[in-house]
Parts: sequence; structure tokens; C-alpha cells
Amino acid sequence: MNKKNTLTLISIIAFIVLLFILNINLGIYQMRIFNLCGIYVILALSLNLINGFVGLFSLGHAGFMAVGAYTCALLTMSREMKEMNFFLEPIVPWLKNVQVPFPLALIVAGIMAAIAGALIGAPVLRLRDDYLAIATLGFSEIIRVIFTNTQSITNGALGIKGLPSIGITGKTWEVVIWTWGIALLTIIVMVLLINSSYGRAFKAIREDEIAAEAMGINLFKHKMMAFIIGSFFAGIGGALLGHLIGTIDPRMFFIVLTFNIVLIVVLGGIGSITGSVISAVVVTIAMEVLRVLDGDIIIGGYMIKGIPGMRMVVFSVLLMMVILFYQRGLMGTKEFSWDWILNRKKKTVKS
Amino acid sequence: MSFSIFLQHLVNGISLGSLYALLAIGYTMVYGILRLINFAHGDVFMLGTYIAFYAMTSFFLPWWMSFLIAIALTCIFGIILERSAYRPLRNSPRISVMISAIGASFLIQNLAIVIFGGRPKAFPIAPIFSRILNIGGVSIVSVSLIIPVITAIALYILNYIVNHTKVGMAMRAVSRDYEASRLMGIDVNSIISFTFGTGSVLAAIGGIMWGLKYPQLIPLMGLMPGLKCFIAAVVGGIGNIRGAVIGGFILGLGEIMIVAFSPALSGYRDAFAFVLLIIILLVKPSGLMGQNTVEKV
Amino acid sequence: MRKLSLLLVFVIVISIFAVGCVEKVEAPKGDSGAEKDEVIKIGVFQPLTGANAAGGALEKEGVELAHELYPEVLGKKVELIFVDNKSDKIESANAATRLINKDKVSLIIGSWGSGFSIAAGEEIKKAERKVPAIGASCTNPLVTKGNDYYFRVCFIDPFQGNVMANYAYNEVGAKKVAFIIEKTNDYAVGLAKFFEDTFKELTGDDKAVVYEAFYNTGDQDFTAQLTSIKESGAEAIFAPGNFTESALIMKQAKELGIELPILGGDTWETPEVIKIAGDAAEGVVFSTFFDAHAKLTDTTTEFLDAYKEKYDKEPAAVTALAFDAYILALDAIERADSTDPTAIRDAIAATKDFPGAAGVVTLDENGDAVKSAVIKTVKDGKFTYLTTVDPAK
Repeated sequence: MNKKNTLTLISIIAFIVLLFILNINLGIYQMRIFNLCGIYVILALSLNLINGFVGLFSLGHAGFMAVGAYTCALLTMSREMKEMNFFLEPIVPWLKNVQVPFPLALIVAGIMAAIAGALIGAPVLRLRDDYLAIATLGFSEIIRVIFTNTQSITNGALGIKGLPSIGITGKTWEVVIWTWGIALLTIIVMVLLINSSYGRAFKAIREDEIAAEAMGINLFKHKMMAFIIGSFFAGIGGALLGHLIGTIDPRMFFIVLTFNIVLIVVLGGIGSITGSVISAVVVTIAMEVLRVLDGDIIIGGYMIKGIPGMRMVVFSVLLMMVILFYQRGLMGTKEFSWDWILNRKKKTVKS
Repeated sequence: MSFSIFLQHLVNGISLGSLYALLAIGYTMVYGILRLINFAHGDVFMLGTYIAFYAMTSFFLPWWMSFLIAIALTCIFGIILERSAYRPLRNSPRISVMISAIGASFLIQNLAIVIFGGRPKAFPIAPIFSRILNIGGVSIVSVSLIIPVITAIALYILNYIVNHTKVGMAMRAVSRDYEASRLMGIDVNSIISFTFGTGSVLAAIGGIMWGLKYPQLIPLMGLMPGLKCFIAAVVGGIGNIRGAVIGGFILGLGEIMIVAFSPALSGYRDAFAFVLLIIILLVKPSGLMGQNTVEKV
Repeated sequence: MRKLSLLLVFVIVISIFAVGCVEKVEAPKGDSGAEKDEVIKIGVFQPLTGANAAGGALEKEGVELAHELYPEVLGKKVELIFVDNKSDKIESANAATRLINKDKVSLIIGSWGSGFSIAAGEEIKKAERKVPAIGASCTNPLVTKGNDYYFRVCFIDPFQGNVMANYAYNEVGAKKVAFIIEKTNDYAVGLAKFFEDTFKELTGDDKAVVYEAFYNTGDQDFTAQLTSIKESGAEAIFAPGNFTESALIMKQAKELGIELPILGGDTWETPEVIKIAGDAAEGVVFSTFFDAHAKLTDTTTEFLDAYKEKYDKEPAAVTALAFDAYILALDAIERADSTDPTAIRDAIAATKDFPGAAGVVTLDENGDAVKSAVIKTVKDGKFTYLTTVDPAK
């Protein structure tokens, strides 16, 4: 085993230890935000795979998340909870008595989202750039409209509440292991994928489709593959999100949700795994910290009366600045690597 | 369904369609030149309506003066938007510009929430726009008659500008090839500014008409109409002004007819636009009126 | 580049000043330290931005007004902590966790929009330190169902649907009705269902609902639905939904020459309905929570006077309910004689015949208020009291 792999292994173990320490020391509120960070890492990475590495500008993420969230919710809830929820129109019988353990439900959720991704991808991946963007956005809206109208399956606009807590035991300490565990898993899968021959083909497609095709890369196959993997993880992210909040309804999965994830990816750098991870964590925490802006602020005897919505304005201004002045985002397409750190060390030692 | 009811549906569809068409023209113009989905177009539309609203209610100006001011200010705003959010990215990949458009739309919406407040405002309507006419059992509000006329005028004027003026010629040149146009001595930046200004004027006119027909203003009012009108533009063949009008009518009539013929499907109405979009993209990606273009290497 | 950054900074500054909110305040003197423990914190989470900002603003007014009138309980100051849930479920859950664990509030009030309340309720159920919550106008039965810590001062959708169906049958004399339902709104879907059940029972006719169509939140054109209603043979239209869309429905109905009575629910009682629909709002009938002229309780008068003095306009029903949520909270804290959330919860659960601004509140075993509904109409551009319907059934 070479030095770098050892370093990676050590840091992963250190991170897991850190999770346990945080779990004990952080309050419930901080822990919630931390869990949310993990989920956004999954979502940002899955979108970055499609948008950043293959260069397909997809805006359909909210739709795949909805598919995952609903699948997982309906599979894990008990019969009694379902009966309580579906008080307007009874749930269809074949769903009523199904109840499977959380891990299985989560995988099924991912698979359902992947199937949705395949069904949508097959026709629209032939389109380019902005057409693809608007078509995927359209599909995600269609999914939302369908979920609103199929009341005996999704409970329509009423939504579903009482989703069991993430994990097998239902204990709170388990949540972070799942959210960040899966986030870690996603990171590893992405890194392996990007560094494989598939990953190189993805990047080739991003840089120049026609040249890539001329090099013998099967465009459609690779695009489909990225799209399906991306939707799989989007479905899992959506399912975790639903279970973290404990309730879902179709309105949650509006276009704005996709935009939020796109913005995280953009801030981190389109085409950088490291960037997405950092940006997902920073943005999620920043959105909470910026909450201060909505309340009254007292500076030197002057009170700036809180303006609800100021937080979002400041956030969007920051975002526009990044888009305009740091077009490549935080990391560009660069990645974190041990070489980079080790080289720096050497340099500093030299000087 | 009796004949007079069917006629009523038809009239409803045409009046909604002409409104979509008016907005779609603005989309199509900007796209034609910049190859950019201007996600913020819907928000420019919202802004125009709010300016007209405040001119009438806070400054007590007569409606026609308010409308002119709103159109002028929105035009200026559109040009500023292009300069600050799109021009710096002129040489960046298309995705960056599109992200910038999403970001700009995000910013305008959030600013609007802070400045205008979240509560809906009632758009004041001058009596000549709200007269109800009854023609052979079919009811029409006067504004519904005015909108198609304005759409037709806008279509005519734009066609004239694009096809018969020097600016129009320059616009067509820019839409074909930036570099070549620049080499030919065309000031690309001012042509793009001009296009954005015109697009914003159309958005403002559309917004005011929208306000007269649906007199309810909220900061997010541009979101759905914006998306739908973009779809109308794509359906008609994006970049094609006449196509946008046709797309608008198809969308408006389609939405009305779905609800009219199948109330059970009315919950799926918002999906109609997107289904239409996807069908068009798959069957004829260049749109109904568009010409097929071959991708340049 | 520099020009652009200047422009952006300019935008921020302008937007702060545009609202003109910078004012000088006395630096808080002396009330730090010892007095800090003497504060009772009440958290309020509302949609202050986003699609439901209008509703959130109304409820905020009510809570603030009540807080001004009653700033103290048990000899301690009450501190209100407002948190924005951005009209978003994820943010609602965040807001609730924040209030419970970070701000350590004793009680939570909110939120406009049942979905947001449900999301917060799930957090409360999961939390180790459980805090009671009082909803003001969230009428979806799921808010309190299966949650011992969630209460509300309003009646729920089944009762309201029932009241309006009775009105349509008995007062309007309708045997056939048409529905236009806001499909994306849990409130509207629920109301329609309960209206339908009662109405079918009353008429004994399984086909009493002759037309049923839907629309989505944010839709602005309803001409297709309304035109079809014209020939459906309906004698009344029931159109439960958010007030913004409903006002446009009234307006377009008039433009299409439809003269059927239009019935709806409590959301309609907002001044914007009359402003937007204009004279088309004349004659619409809806059920709601309270009316100034019905003089439900003495608190009603107190609330109305205070509201008129502060805002100089007619209050919306949800503002009165938010007012009630706050004074009920204070009453419960006083009865519990403690700031311990569990003691407060038990006190709230035991609420009986509490005189609120929007009627007398008695909470049933689910934590829902059992109270009378008021039926109102619009006459000469004003909301006008028609009758009161008692819950006894």
C-alpha cells in the first residue's frame, strides 16, 4: 500500500471518529444541520456527475428526489400510519400492507429513481445544452404534477407525515451514520468512477462531443450511464431528506429545489468533487447563519430593523458575484489530492 | 357541449394564447441573438407590472402615463441586466451564462420580495379595459380584445425592424456569427443591448396586459408564465418571431381545451405545457417554424 | 469589473434603505445579567418570505399585537423569537429544531400553512425536549393527529366543509353544485371532500356534484373551468382555495356572466380579495372564524380596538387567530404556573371555554378547537356578517 492510500484510509477513519465525537457533543439543532449537509453533499455530487463531468445541463433533480422520497416513505411506513395519513382517499391496497426495513427501502428508492432517470434520459439525452435543461426541468415538473394528482398513491397535496426516523433502530444517533456514511460512499463511488475509463470518457464528452464520438466513445451509452447513476443517488438523497424532515409533499419538490442544488454545484466548481462537497457544507450552514439578517441587528446604537427576506437577497448577491467574478467556482475542476498537500509542504520546507 | 359554450372556450383560449404569444416574442428575440434562455425574462415582466402599479397608486399618474413610464424603466432595467449579468460572460461556455441567468432571476425575485413585500397587490384597472361585452352569448372583457391587437402590432413592428431596417440587418448578422459581424464593423454590444431593450419593452407590455387581465401582483408572478412562454417560443421554433406567436396560441388554446373537454384532467394542466415541449423537442427540435440547423464543429 | 461590484454593493445598500428601516434605538441598558433568566421565550415560525409570505405576515401582525398588549406573564417578560420558514417544509423543520434546541423556547406558535406546521410537528415529536405548539390557522386534520404536542385555536376542515354544505343546501337552496378545487393545496382538497360528503347526504343524491375541476396554486386563468360550469346545471359553485387565486375566480366568473352564488372557506377573508376581485366579489359567501359584529367574546372587542388603533384597517381572521394563539399560550403558562414545556402542554390540553378574539375555544382530545363558525358575505365592498353556526351537531 502506498503512502497516499494510507493517508486516505487514515483520514476516512479520522472522519468517522469525528462523526462520533460530534454526535455526542453537538446539540440536536446543530446535528440536524450537519445531517442536512451530508444529504446535500449526496445531492450536489449526483448533480455534478451529470452537469459537471458529462456536461449535460440537467434541471430535473427535484423530480428524481421526489420519486426516491415517495418510494422510501411508502415502503417504510406502518399500516396504521398510512391509514392515518390517507384519511381523504384510502391508499391503494397493494401499498397498504407493504413494510420493509429502511436499508432495503432506501435501495429500492434509488432504483426507482434510476428507472425514472432511464425512462426520461432515453428520449431527452439526444438534446443539447439548453434544450436538455428545459426538457429535464419539464419532466421534473410533470413528476410533481402527477404526484399531486394520484391521491390514492401519494396522498396528493396533503402530503405524507410520520416518516420513520432514518436508520434501523429509530434512534437519533443512527441518523448521522446513515447521512454521512452514504455521503462518504457517494464520494468514494464518484472518485472511482471519475478515475476509471468511464470517467475519462465522460470528460471527453464534456470537452467536445463530436471529437469524443470520433474517438469511438459511445455518446448515448455514456450519457445514459451518468444520468442513471446521478438519478440513483438523487433518489437516495431525496429519500434521506424526506426521512430527516419526517414529512413530504409534492410542493417540496418544486423547481426551486433543483436550482438550490445547481447553485451549490456552481459555487463549488462545476466538475469538481471536492468543490461540491465543500460548497454543500458551506452553503447549508451559511443559510442558517445568515438567518441573523432576517432579525433585528443592532450596530453601535442603531437598529437595522429586520427585513424578512434580506437573507435571501444577500445570498443571491453573493451568488451572482461568484458567477460573475469567479466563474469557475471555488475549485474550478481541480480536486483535492495528497500530492497537492505534500508538494506544498515540500515547498514550504524548501523556502 | 353547446356551440355557444364552445365558442366561449375558443375565445378564452385565443385571449390567453395572445398573452402568451406577446411574452414569447420577447424570449425568442433574446434567444435568437444570444442563444441564451433568459430565465430572468419572467422577472423583468414582473418588474414592469410592479412599476406600472406603483406609478398609478403611489404617484397617482394616469394609467397611460404609468404604462409608458413602466415600459421605459423596464427597458432600461433590461439593458442594465444584460450589461451586468450576461456581458461579462460573453466568451464563457453557454452553461455559465445560463447559470448566470438563473442567478439573476433568483436575485430579482428575492429583491422584489424585500422591496415590494410578499402580499399580493391589486392592479388598478381603468374602466375601458374592464368593460364586459356580450356578443351572441359569448362574454368578452374589453382587455381580451385589446391584447390580440397589441400582439399583432408588436409582431408587425418587430418584423419590420428585423427585416427592413439597418438595426434589424445587424441583429440578423449578430445572431448568425458574432465574430464575423464584429469584423464587418457591427457594434455587437450595442446591438445586443438594443435586443435586450426591445425584449424588455415587450415584457413590460406583456406584464401590464397580464395585470389588466389578471389584476393580482406577487413577486413570483413571473416564474410560471416565464417558463410557459419560453415553451411557447420553443414550440414555435425559437428565434422565430412568427413561430413564437403561433406557439403562444397553441399553448393557450391547448390549456383551455384540456380543461374544457376533460375536467378530470384539469389537475394536470400545468403539465400540458411541458408535455407539449417534450413532444416537440423529440419530434421536431427546431420547432414548428424553425429551420433545421446542423451543428457546427 | 470594479464598476460591477460597485453596482452590486449599491443594490444591497439601496434595498436596505428603500425600506427605510434604520432607526436609532436606546442601547439596551441594565437588563442584561440578572434579568435574562426572567424572560419567557415564545418562538413563532411563519412563512415571512416565499409563496405564502402574505399569510405569514397576517399572523405575525396578530402575535405582535397580542405581545404588545400582554408583554408579561408570571411577572416575567415574554420574548418573541420570529423565525422565517420561507414557505418551505425543510426550512420549517429547521426552524422548529432551532427554536426548540438553540433558542430553548417554552412554546411555539405557528404556522400559516398546514404543511409547514406538520413538518415542525414531526420535529417536536422527535425532539428530546418536547415543546408544545399552538397553530393559529392551520386547518388540516393531520397537524394534530397523532401528535400530543400540537394544538390549534381554529376549527378543522371537516367542520368547515360541513358548515358550507349545509349553507348551500338550506340557505341557497341548491340541489346541484360545481367544484373548482385548488388541487395543490391540502386545505382545499380536504374542504371539498367534506363538503361533498355532507352535501350528498343532505340531498340524498349521489350525483349532486355535477362538475368537478381543479387548478394549481399560482394559476391565473380559470375561464375554461368556469365556462364549463355555465352549462353544467349547477346551482352554486364551491371554490375552496387560496385567496389570491379565488379572487381571480370571482372576477372571471363575473366576466363570463355567471351569476351563481360562489361559496368558499376562511382563506377568503382578506382585504385583497375585495381589492382584486372588485365588485365581482359581491355576494360570495364563505365560512370563517370571527366577525366584529358577532361580538363573540369581550376579547373580540379588545382585539378589534387595539388592531384598528395600530394598523387602521380591518383585521383578517387569521390575525385574530394568531392573537388567540398567543393569549392562549399565556393563559396556559399562567395556569401551569411554570415555564416547563410539559406542564404548559398539559395546561393547554385542559383548555376549556377560553374566551379568544375569534370565539370561545375548547380543545378536544385531538387538540383541535371546537368552536362556532361564522358565515359571511361581501356586500358593498365589505365583509358582512350573515350568521353563526354552532359546533353542536
